[in-house]
Amino acid sequence: MKRNILGSAESRILLMDGAMGTMIQRQQLGDVDYRGKRFANSSADLFGANDLLNLTQPDLIKEIHLAYLEAGADILTTNTFNSNRISMSDYKLERIVKELNFEGACLARQAVNSVASESRPRFVAGTVGPTNRTASISPDVSDPAHRATNFDELRIGYREATEGLLEGGVDLLLLETVFDTLNAKAALFAFAELFEERKSSLPIMISGTITDRSGRTLTGQTVEAFWCSVRHCGPLSVGLNCSLGAKQLRPYVGELSSVADCLVSAHPNAGFPNEFGEYEETPEQTAEFLHEWAQEGLVNILGGCCGTTPAHVAAIATSVEGISPRALPERGSVLAISGLEAVSIQP
Amino acid sequence: MIPGFVNIGERTNVTGSAKFRKLITDEDYEGALQVARQQVLNGAQILDINMDEGLLDSELEMRRFLRLIASEPEISRVPLMIDSSKWQVIETGLQNVQGKSIANSISLKEGEALFLEQAELIRKYGAAVVVMAFDEAGQADSEDRKFSICARSYELLTKRVGFFPSDIIFDPNIFAVATGIEEHNEYALSFINAVRRIKKAFPLVHISGGVSNISFSFRGNEIVRAAMHAVFLYHAIKAGMTMGIVNAGRLPVYNEIATELRDRIEDVFFNRGADATERLLAIANEHSGKSIQGRVEDLSWREGEVGARLKHSLVQGISEYIIEDTEEARQNSVRPLDVIEGHLMEGMREVGELFGAGKMFLPQVVKSARVMKQSVAHLTPYMEEERAKGKVVARNGGKILLATVKGDVHDIGKNIVRIVLQCNNYEVLDLGVMVPWMDILRIAQEEKVDLIGLSGLITPSLDEMRTVGRELDRASIDMPLLIGGATTSSVHTALKIAPTYNGPTIHVTDASKAVGVVSKLISDQERQGFIDEVGRQQDIIRKKHKSSSRRATKCSLAEARRNKLSVDWDSYVPPEPSSAEPEYFQQYDLVALSEYIDWTPFFQAWELAGRFPAILEDEVVGEAARNLYQDALVMLERIAEGNWLMAKAAIGFWPANSVEDDIALFSDNDREREIARFHTLRQQMKREGLRANHALSDFVAPLDSGVPDYIGGFVVTAGHNCERVVAEFESENDEYSAILVKALADRLAEAFAEHMHERVRREFWGYAPEEKFDNKSLIDELYQGIRPAPGYPACPDHTEKRTLFSILDAQNKVGTRLTENDAIMPAASVCGIYFSHPESRYFGVGKIEKDQVQSYALRKGLDLAETEKILRPILNYDDGT
Repeated sequence: MKRNILGSAESRILLMDGAMGTMIQRQQLGDVDYRGKRFANSSADLFGANDLLNLTQPDLIKEIHLAYLEAGADILTTNTFNSNRISMSDYKLERIVKELNFEGACLARQAVNSVASESRPRFVAGTVGPTNRTASISPDVSDPAHRATNFDELRIGYREATEGLLEGGVDLLLLETVFDTLNAKAALFAFAELFEERKSSLPIMISGTITDRSGRTLTGQTVEAFWCSVRHCGPLSVGLNCSLGAKQLRPYVGELSSVADCLVSAHPNAGFPNEFGEYEETPEQTAEFLHEWAQEGLVNILGGCCGTTPAHVAAIATSVEGISPRALPERGSVLAISGLEAVSIQP
Repeated sequence: MIPGFVNIGERTNVTGSAKFRKLITDEDYEGALQVARQQVLNGAQILDINMDEGLLDSELEMRRFLRLIASEPEISRVPLMIDSSKWQVIETGLQNVQGKSIANSISLKEGEALFLEQAELIRKYGAAVVVMAFDEAGQADSEDRKFSICARSYELLTKRVGFFPSDIIFDPNIFAVATGIEEHNEYALSFINAVRRIKKAFPLVHISGGVSNISFSFRGNEIVRAAMHAVFLYHAIKAGMTMGIVNAGRLPVYNEIATELRDRIEDVFFNRGADATERLLAIANEHSGKSIQGRVEDLSWREGEVGARLKHSLVQGISEYIIEDTEEARQNSVRPLDVIEGHLMEGMREVGELFGAGKMFLPQVVKSARVMKQSVAHLTPYMEEERAKGKVVARNGGKILLATVKGDVHDIGKNIVRIVLQCNNYEVLDLGVMVPWMDILRIAQEEKVDLIGLSGLITPSLDEMRTVGRELDRASIDMPLLIGGATTSSVHTALKIAPTYNGPTIHVTDASKAVGVVSKLISDQERQGFIDEVGRQQDIIRKKHKSSSRRATKCSLAEARRNKLSVDWDSYVPPEPSSAEPEYFQQYDLVALSEYIDWTPFFQAWELAGRFPAILEDEVVGEAARNLYQDALVMLERIAEGNWLMAKAAIGFWPANSVEDDIALFSDNDREREIARFHTLRQQMKREGLRANHALSDFVAPLDSGVPDYIGGFVVTAGHNCERVVAEFESENDEYSAILVKALADRLAEAFAEHMHERVRREFWGYAPEEKFDNKSLIDELYQGIRPAPGYPACPDHTEKRTLFSILDAQNKVGTRLTENDAIMPAASVCGIYFSHPESRYFGVGKIEKDQVQSYALRKGLDLAETEKILRPILNYDDGT
């Protein structure tokens, strides 16, 4: 699979899809729609549990996938951002985590299979989110050594979610919106365990998110330190998503592009949300920024995050058409280690 | 990218540092984090964390400490080396760090299967790995075994586990040499040769090692050990060693080690001759003294009895033997207290006498105090034990509270006074800097102190001291109040402080006088007589002041303005600065700055009078000055090597024109948008037409002249981190080094100002591109242009700093800020305004009259009372307070 997607990425910039949440929001679903028949009597408040729609509104999710494929996406991301034991405990849905991932993968698979061809292959990336807890920060100011979760709990949670994705037939794994690299390392550990047990591995895409214009992750790492910390999994791509809009994200994508020896991806939000939490950047505006990045040779894979729509993806597709992707650099021979900042030591 | 050798901080290691082990066993995590922070500040590029101690739950401690580090961005900035001989501890460590760390270590000791399993896990956790040259047959000691085990490990790691070669670090075992056992003679050589072979075969790997092992047999002789480490590293690095667990801040430079010592160490390392060890041992003792540079010392005093030895150490300020001698004396005494009250006090009495007689000088006294403290620190646990058993506790001569007043951050003088008092057996409560009167009052009452000493450097502190006096008085306190610090004076004390305070108020000119004053005030016999005498003296000062024609005739502000400096502006073309935006410099090279140091004030800080360099040959203080200078140079090198201080600067230039006595700054060259205004003060002495009545504004073209003039401004600091370094030394009872660092930081800040000014003249403003002066000419101010600082004679108003800080955004950009009384924090900082006009010169404003104060108040938009408060030290009239 890696050879397959690398082949596609050699000749052109690959496109990911855009936001799932934004598209679901547009449907103005009610509580009943989220519950469907199966969860009609659940005691939890399920409104807003978008991943649950894989089970209760599968046709809607598939339609959104198809809309993105039509807009020109090469890589579909599954609707499984929160489908892990830790996040789903909010909805008391821990017991169906594997099923959510499996169904999410199947829906994207079906959509892709309906349009993919030999000459234009398309891929399903199984989305693995950050969870809503952090292993590096104490939730208790008076006890800085306390943690709300830990490596093993995360690793086990990620294992379960990823098993569902693998069984559902994804082509890649997308570990995205990484705000705490320790969480990410637990996910990568789980991936490695599963690959080893199944004696087959899938390409991994990793995408971090930065909190503000300091250019650091929530847990304080610079972009380069983040790269050092995840590089051991030999990823297909590393990138940045969500966080700032494309305009502000530019220097950090540039930084990553200058250090990473794998493909570089970016799927930013449609600008910065306004006071109502709405994203206002038009498809043309987003496309214009990303066009510049492509021109500068910073990226291999582009897409959209919060606030983007099929129209954004289509506009991006048009704007980067014919532009060569970033060339892959040689792997360096230095020892690169990191705390919050990276240190490279020459042999 | 780090070229060359990487230092791994070694002090967060319970097996290597007794101090860190105690902090962890005592659960003093704040203290333990401080050790880690200090390592990073001292330049450690990687921190080694080790919790292998039998009595600790190593796994738990590793997890807790790594999580605590994660909450400290200053520490977690650097990568970590997770160090344990237990695999479980390493694994727990790897589960608790988000960055890419180094696992230290694994080996083939228990066979291939376990090695592969652990290596595989380390790879999954995403860490680099240290591999010890250890296999089923044991630890490798020969060159061949070291190489072959590393080669075998390399194959397994790269072929079977999939490690990148650059993620592999070999530790081919450094063992002790010169142990007297013949087989050990080859150890240094076999390590160095193995390093060379490994690097040749596997060029991408790294090589590390615990350097201090090599000198194990010289425990106790830190000078020889440090020299051995330096020599060993010199050769190992040449062979290809790339990182090491080493206290790099404390290593001498290879070239500066005495040739004889260096040669014999190399003979040992390279196993030249069967007697190499003996030859090194033969000279090792000579080098156990204070000089690494290899002066041969007379050690005959070591043959005397223990009391004489203690006294010798105290008077000479030698710390090498103090612990062993103290211990011997303790064992010979009935109670530990007897050692203090007997030998130590005797020694310190002699120090006091020599100091009083001018035969010893302040730097030597502070060194003696350091030795005293180390000895007392050794005895303290024994005394506490006695106290617990209800036995007699130590007496002391009296309790003294010391404080630098609110709004002021300068404390070198105060700290010296503290040390001098402490070594004269007074108990000192030092409240530190920026102490509000409430705290002084409260603690004086709670602790029932015998007297209070106030210190301050900047002029607003004079007012602050009055406030303290007034408030103490209000609380009906009447214990003696001592006043000291550069701007204080017996006149100010007599006129302004003593009248507001009911108790005796005494001005103390310098540290050497402090002990005399304090002992008189505490002695029942002498106290009253001394207080009466001081009172009489102050009466005389007050009377003299009243009757004297202190108010020399002044001229009116209008007259003074008419007599301003006349400059022919029409024919003047001001130079244009190169940059419109302020420029900032972070982490300026300290070595470059040290060349600009003006040493004369450094010796003044230590109360050694004389001009540098003549002072080094001075008949009286020459020896003290030479030793101090030598210590200062060594400390300066350590500061620079360890990056202990951080030098930062801000400079900026703006279109500017004078408006009467003010200077207006503009953001545009059309001079339409005014962004700030400096207010300057004019001399008001009667000049009788001989000289001008200066104001700084006269050096800038008037706005109505239409001449496009400029001024510049700067803030420089060398004080960042200074407090931490000082605290570290103080925690080791090394006040001498603490004060040395502070005094050097001050000098570096001044040197930075000098250096920056030179660059401004040559590059940034660029009006003297060809200028080339040596340091002496710079100190003598032979160049064109000036850089007066607010708070100094040409510009006595400290509050003008606020304008300067704001237009340079100094707080954000260089991390300096102003206290409520406009002292700069950190203390080792300088700011000022650049003038370029060829006629610009330094002058003193002198005393000023009410008409100017009224005008100044109006221009600054303050009311008269506030303005008088700011300008009080230069008022030529009584403002009724």
